[in-house]
Amino acid sequence: MLAMALKELRQLARDRRTVAMMVILPVVLLVVFGYAARFDIDKVSTIVAGPAAETVKTRLPSQLDVVATHTDWGRDQGVDALRRADATVVVLADPQHPAILVDGANLFGAQSVLRGLAGQPSLPKPEVLFNPTLATSVVMVPGLMGMILVFIGTVATSLGVVRERQSGTLEQLAVMPFRPRDVFLGKILPYFGVAIVDLVIVVFAGLWIFGVPFNGSPWIFAIGAVLFLFVALGMGVLISTVSENQGQAIQLAIMTLLPQILLSGLIFPLDSVAIGVRWIGYLLPLTYFVQIARGVMVRAAPFDSLLVPMGMLLLLGVIVFGLSVLRFGRDLAPAGSGGSHGPNPASQPEAAA
Amino acid sequence: MSGWRGRTADDRLTGWGVDRITVRYRATRALDGVSLGVGEGAVTAVVGADGAGKTTLLRALVGAVRPVSGRVRRPDKRRTGYVSAGPGVYGDLTVNENLSFVARAYGVSGAAGRRRIEELLEATELVAARGRLVGLLSGGMRQKLALAMAIVHRPELLVLDEPTTGVDPVSRAELWRLIGELAADGTAIALATTYVDEAERAASVLVLLRGRTLASGTPDSIVSAVPGELYGLAAASRNPLAWRRAGAWRQWSPDGSAPPGARLIDPDLEDALVIAQLEVEAGTGANGEVAA
Repeated sequence: MLAMALKELRQLARDRRTVAMMVILPVVLLVVFGYAARFDIDKVSTIVAGPAAETVKTRLPSQLDVVATHTDWGRDQGVDALRRADATVVVLADPQHPAILVDGANLFGAQSVLRGLAGQPSLPKPEVLFNPTLATSVVMVPGLMGMILVFIGTVATSLGVVRERQSGTLEQLAVMPFRPRDVFLGKILPYFGVAIVDLVIVVFAGLWIFGVPFNGSPWIFAIGAVLFLFVALGMGVLISTVSENQGQAIQLAIMTLLPQILLSGLIFPLDSVAIGVRWIGYLLPLTYFVQIARGVMVRAAPFDSLLVPMGMLLLLGVIVFGLSVLRFGRDLAPAGSGGSHGPNPASQPEAAA
Repeated sequence: MSGWRGRTADDRLTGWGVDRITVRYRATRALDGVSLGVGEGAVTAVVGADGAGKTTLLRALVGAVRPVSGRVRRPDKRRTGYVSAGPGVYGDLTVNENLSFVARAYGVSGAAGRRRIEELLEATELVAARGRLVGLLSGGMRQKLALAMAIVHRPELLVLDEPTTGVDPVSRAELWRLIGELAADGTAIALATTYVDEAERAASVLVLLRGRTLASGTPDSIVSAVPGELYGLAAASRNPLAWRRAGAWRQWSPDGSAPPGARLIDPDLEDALVIAQLEVEAGTGANGEVAA
């Protein structure tokens, strides 16, 4: 038994990445969980609209954080602002038809507003839009679709290149007439097809089983989903290019999945996450997919209101693609495509013979 | 004694090859000023012990590693074939699927691709195994498939890293038949091997020791240039210049003097390679160093 334990210890000591993960990850998770696991929302972004906006604004409870006032707006503009996620609450300061409109897609924000305004009889009864019953499934299911795709996509593709490396076929690819981008795109294309099928199944399951509405344009959702899948699958390939074996690849994939679940706004509202760790959420693709999926499915958000998350997914896609191609370039074409080659003092081979 | 190492491959580079290349893996110098010429229609063998630098040399030749100095002359990737030590076949694909993948990658597609795959399946006697998963094939069959995959596009330069290691004698013979046919068709072939009998079949041989050239030339030129004399011993010997081969003892005498009771014998390539290594390790060479 001791001989076995000693052998395991020696192997573990050589696998520095695993040791680092075992030691550092619990600390990181504790800190991130500690700062991220908050459902409380102290302030709710609010737009005050209508002729009496300037007067009403000063009388609102401090919980409603007024970000804009529009004296020329009516109900339609207010609803449109909520649809675009410009604010969580729109207070219509119209003496004839006063109203407080609340975005039901922002579940925790809306619940906080309802609780806060419950003891304020002078204010009109809040009207919850898009998710009138404040059903959790309506808000969670669109985001969960992204989480499922990230699980399937990133983990599956993270094994792709490392499997070639371990079986010796990467060496073969290096001498074949492939460009690094051919390998990247060729690697993710089949998974892309499978993930699209997965997505369709998950969307229909969400609609039928949980009664989640699909209020917006399927095309906008599709564009967001394609961009998101490209990043999620690309991250898997990138992980694969930096991993020496399948164990490392899986570990790295899990390390990218955990923060996405905790810091993407999927479970904990991003607004309530401490700013010290919130920025991590802005680097994660699931954050933007959650915004797009909830926006399109629940609020029927128009395309131009989703340009920021779409653009961020595009940017992340370009970064992941660029880094993967660079890594592939190192593995696949260290000495160019052929012909007569002299030395390159700046580039030294690192792989073992 | 000096000059016994043949110099044909080093000095008269023709066709493809490498010229005085040095390759480093971080702090380790894997190859140090090594040259190799690979002639058209000929087999060039690279021999040496494990860690001698054979794989690194072949990887440099196909462009999988970049030397820090020296020159590599190789055709475009589309005209190069390579069988790595791996051997680089997909175990979870069938024989046919492996061949189709490589054929497509090299642009040998459509009817021409199908014809070429048939040709290769017949040549490698893998027709009956075409639908089988490669992971379930024997080592010899996998190596034949790897060779077929490397030549699907009819390369001008074919580089084989120990294609017969771990392969049974019958499969070895079949692989050599294929290699011989390819050379006869004009393909320039460089192969690494740990088997001296395979090196003897090559038109030229490069012997590596710890990343440096130990000897090079035709097998005959390497053998004929052995310095000193080789003797067969009647009994076992502890002399550092003696070794056991095929049940009998041999001893190299750098100055030609005969050990007591020994009989003079003609060295073959295996003897020549042992003597070359002994010469370097015993420091009895011209400078106590390997030749460049």
